[in-house]
Amino acid sequence: MILSALAFYLFAGIAVLSGLMVITARNPVHSVLFLILAFFNAAGLFVLLGAEFLAMILVVVYVGAVAVLFLFVVMMLDINFAALRRGIRQHLALGLAVGIVLLAELVIVVGAWAVAPEVAAHTAPIVNSAVTATNTQALGAILYTRYIYAFEGSGLILLVAMIGAIVLTHRARAGVRRQVISKQISRSRAETIEVVKVPTGHGI
Amino acid sequence: MEIGLAHYLIVAALLFTLGIFGIFLNRRNVIIILMSIELMLLAVNINFVAFSSFLGDLTGQVFAMFVLTVAAAEAAIGLAILVVYFRNRGTIAVEDINLMRG
Repeated sequence: MILSALAFYLFAGIAVLSGLMVITARNPVHSVLFLILAFFNAAGLFVLLGAEFLAMILVVVYVGAVAVLFLFVVMMLDINFAALRRGIRQHLALGLAVGIVLLAELVIVVGAWAVAPEVAAHTAPIVNSAVTATNTQALGAILYTRYIYAFEGSGLILLVAMIGAIVLTHRARAGVRRQVISKQISRSRAETIEVVKVPTGHGI
Repeated sequence: MEIGLAHYLIVAALLFTLGIFGIFLNRRNVIIILMSIELMLLAVNINFVAFSSFLGDLTGQVFAMFVLTVAAAEAAIGLAILVVYFRNRGTIAVEDINLMRG
């Protein structure tokens, strides 16, 4: 028990500290790297909570895809980040005020909150049969039955996002020779080859 | 030393506040703003999974997965818009984006 408490404080502390570094780091590449660290520690928190599948998904999807996407954009665009940091002081006071008020409200809500007694009747209990022994199996059993339409909808969202990203960033460059298949297959023999009579000893 | 639900909620609240603070702090840099949004969504996911674990209800984990999906789609589209904007204007200072006078 003391070990899990220590692990919680380690993961939580590093997650919050790296979250702070994400928004204060001078170099955006460092920001992305600290974001990756925050995600890893959040995955550790998920493991402590017994949600192993979501922890692995967090590592694969966020660290493997989203953070690398951020890293690509930060490194490939030639952006003057020093100019973007100008005027950071004038927003500091307002940001601190809003942040402190929000944090105080959230802490008050957490402190004064309690589970309603009738909520247990509405929950979908984590079934402990032989079929749904692990977290992944239980999640799959509920995801593909009760939440199948939401699951299909999320697949549709990903498809739309993929098509949207391709359409947005695709550009037609001038001077690139592309394959036009209709042109290729509509060529006739007459315009393709020409039989020339070559006189001997003269050439063409 | 018992770690309860409130501990996780406090961590999520801290991360969410850091996300809000990051948006205010880096008003000009849209990449950091997108990263702050990712932090806030991560905090929301921690809330979902903590409630799911302590209430013994798997629905929270399912919903956290959908939040993850939407966050990935949002990051992809947002970065695509950012790349197109940078290609057209040569800057990503979002305070200068007032073409539509919104």
